[in-house]
Amino acid sequence: QKTKEGFLSKIGRAIAGKSTVDTEVLDNLEEALVGADVGVTTTVQIINKIEARVAKDKYLGTSELNNILKEEISSLLVDAPDSGFRDFDTPAGIKPYVIMVVGVNGVGKTTTIGKLAYNYKKAGKSVLLGAADTFRAAAVDQLTVWSERVGVPIVKQQMGSDPGAVAFDAVQSGASKDVDVIIIDTAGRLHNKVYLMDELTKIKRVMKKVLPDAPHEVLLVLDGSTGQNAVEQAKQFTAATEVTSLAITKLDGTAKGGVVLSITNQFKIPVKYIGIGERMEDLQVFDKEAFVDSLFSTNS
Amino acid sequence: MFESLSERLESAFKQLKGEGRISEINVASTIKEIRRALVDADVNYKIAKELTDRIREKAMGEKVITAISPGQLMVKIVKDELSELMGGTEAELELKTNPTVILIAGLQGSGKTTFSGKLANFLKTKKNKKPLLIAADIYRPAAIDQLKVLGEQIGVEVYSEPENKNAVQIAENGIKQAKANGNTVVIIDTAGRLAVDEVMMNEVANVKAAVKPQEILFVVDSMTGQDAVNTAKTFNERLDFTGVVLTKLDGDTRGGAALTIRYTVDKPIKFVSMGEKLDTLDVFYPERMAQRILGMGDITTLVERA
Ligand SMILES: Nc1nc2c(ncn2[C@@H]2O[C@H](COP(=O)(O)OP(=O)(O)OP(=O)(O)O)[C@@H](O)[C@H]2O)c(=O)[nH]1
Ligand SMILES: Nc1nc2c(ncn2[C@@H]2O[C@H](COP(=O)(O)OP(=O)(O)OP(=O)(O)O)[C@@H](O)[C@H]2O)c(=O)[nH]1
Ligand SMILES: [Mg+2]
Ligand SMILES: [Mg+2]
Repeated sequence: QKTKEGFLSKIGRAIAGKSTVDTEVLDNLEEALVGADVGVTTTVQIINKIEARVAKDKYLGTSELNNILKEEISSLLVDAPDSGFRDFDTPAGIKPYVIMVVGVNGVGKTTTIGKLAYNYKKAGKSVLLGAADTFRAAAVDQLTVWSERVGVPIVKQQMGSDPGAVAFDAVQSGASKDVDVIIIDTAGRLHNKVYLMDELTKIKRVMKKVLPDAPHEVLLVLDGSTGQNAVEQAKQFTAATEVTSLAITKLDGTAKGGVVLSITNQFKIPVKYIGIGERMEDLQVFDKEAFVDSLFSTNS
Repeated sequence: MFESLSERLESAFKQLKGEGRISEINVASTIKEIRRALVDADVNYKIAKELTDRIREKAMGEKVITAISPGQLMVKIVKDELSELMGGTEAELELKTNPTVILIAGLQGSGKTTFSGKLANFLKTKKNKKPLLIAADIYRPAAIDQLKVLGEQIGVEVYSEPENKNAVQIAENGIKQAKANGNTVVIIDTAGRLAVDEVMMNEVANVKAAVKPQEILFVVDSMTGQDAVNTAKTFNERLDFTGVVLTKLDGDTRGGAALTIRYTVDKPIKFVSMGEKLDTLDVFYPERMAQRILGMGDITTLVERA
């Protein structure tokens, strides 16, 4: 995990000279959490839990408080039901394993697909990409560059063609070629646009005509610099496609991505990956402990 | 989506009813609610704090005349304060120079390329200009193709050098061509970059130094959270941009980042982008934005009820 100034490192400093958990300490904590995009509701929840666990004005060392905080924050982050993804393994008995990638505009879906393909291939899996974003200017060209860069085949049609038809083709082609992993790119869409969300539901449904269980994974990509709107994104994409996992991108910047705490807590969807750059190597498997630790890290 | 500020305040106001004057005690919980509503709308928490401190000061002096409740007064003070902050400076593009050079910059995926297309279309159809788009993003896969597709859609020429890996040269050569071809406006689309990426920030600063643009527009995603303050500050320090473009406002975000940026760098918001199609560009309305951030679509009803 990349270390940067953890947003909770300030807390350590703020309470270093203090001996009790008083209102000032809790106010500092509130500021640190909301300042990392955790959001007011979840922040108040965390603070209430801390308050319940430590009697106010009680003596508490920095490290003690930090540990309690870490526990509380960790408990908001749900674990993935299966840990195989850490080694880019696919679940036993599922072949091809179909991943559908969704999210609002510009969050990093296509790039994340390139990175996933690279990692799966590196782990010895055969991969096929499906270019079901037929809408955004040069979206197919962009995914094609990624397929060449990584060295994996791509199924595509002309711009403007039916995305469902592309997804169908890709799954069919992958199944007949017996590949291990099929990753379907979709066009970015804002979650408040009903017709676009319906289209996504339809793309998902079409794949089932080839493989009744597909897609096995619906990966929602969230931009790490997004604020509270990400919660609504998670809600609407889940309603349309039953999202099963999350990727948080652009965490190589100064954004903290704290809104993910609210999201995984509220929707019980695990974070699987984080994006930390634009190259194909810049994907990390999400590590809960490391992520929470990084929030407290004083390294900048 | 979020509980609107007016909903939140309504309960706080219930307790204020019947008070004759806004006092330290009856304003405290209201101020906290306002602060939290701002933060939930993605206004930077430090700025939200400064703002609410100011609002508190303004409120403290106020005597409540019998016709207006303290609640009504608070709503008015908050709304006026935000509207004033969001507005101010004249926000027209500076288009006198021939050709006018416009540099587009911002974070990855914020909507720069799409906006470049929209702006070219706007200047062509509404301002009677002859634009040239320059593809100076040498990194993103198919970035040139993307701009070319947009250029074709609106009938605007795109200058690119697919083999050249020097953004400064491409921008300079593009401007030479614009002069030769009699283009009256040049729009330079650049790669997305993080404020902390020194190499990339130097690149765009070098492009600026080389082409001396009349306008430098900072394109920012309206869904951005607390980090908007860092990004805006750094981009402004490096580029001294002339205006801000808020994108993806067709979503349901509150858009508190707009307030954060306005407050942090004091540069006007010149355009809002409201869709993926190339004719979805609008000018900026400060008051509308203030109400959106506050979730105060229903402000008049509230004032009537308060
Ligand atoms: N710094 C950084 N940039 C990233 C990361 N992931 C993606 N990007 C950049 O973000 C921009 C948008 O990425 P895309 O992959 O095109 O995003 P998308 O979600 O497919 O976009 P649409 O298909 O247009 O909705 C590109 O410039 C990427 O290089 C990341 O983890 N870090
Ligand atoms: N809904 C909506 N989508 C937008 C808007 N502006 C841009 N987009 C979409 O956002 C995504 C990213 O837009 P781009 O123009 O490629 O962004 P960029 O800043 O050039 O991205 P990079 O060059 O990779 O940094 C695309 O899917 C666009 O169609 C907008 O105002 N509303
Ligand atoms: Mg894409
Ligand atoms: Mg671009």
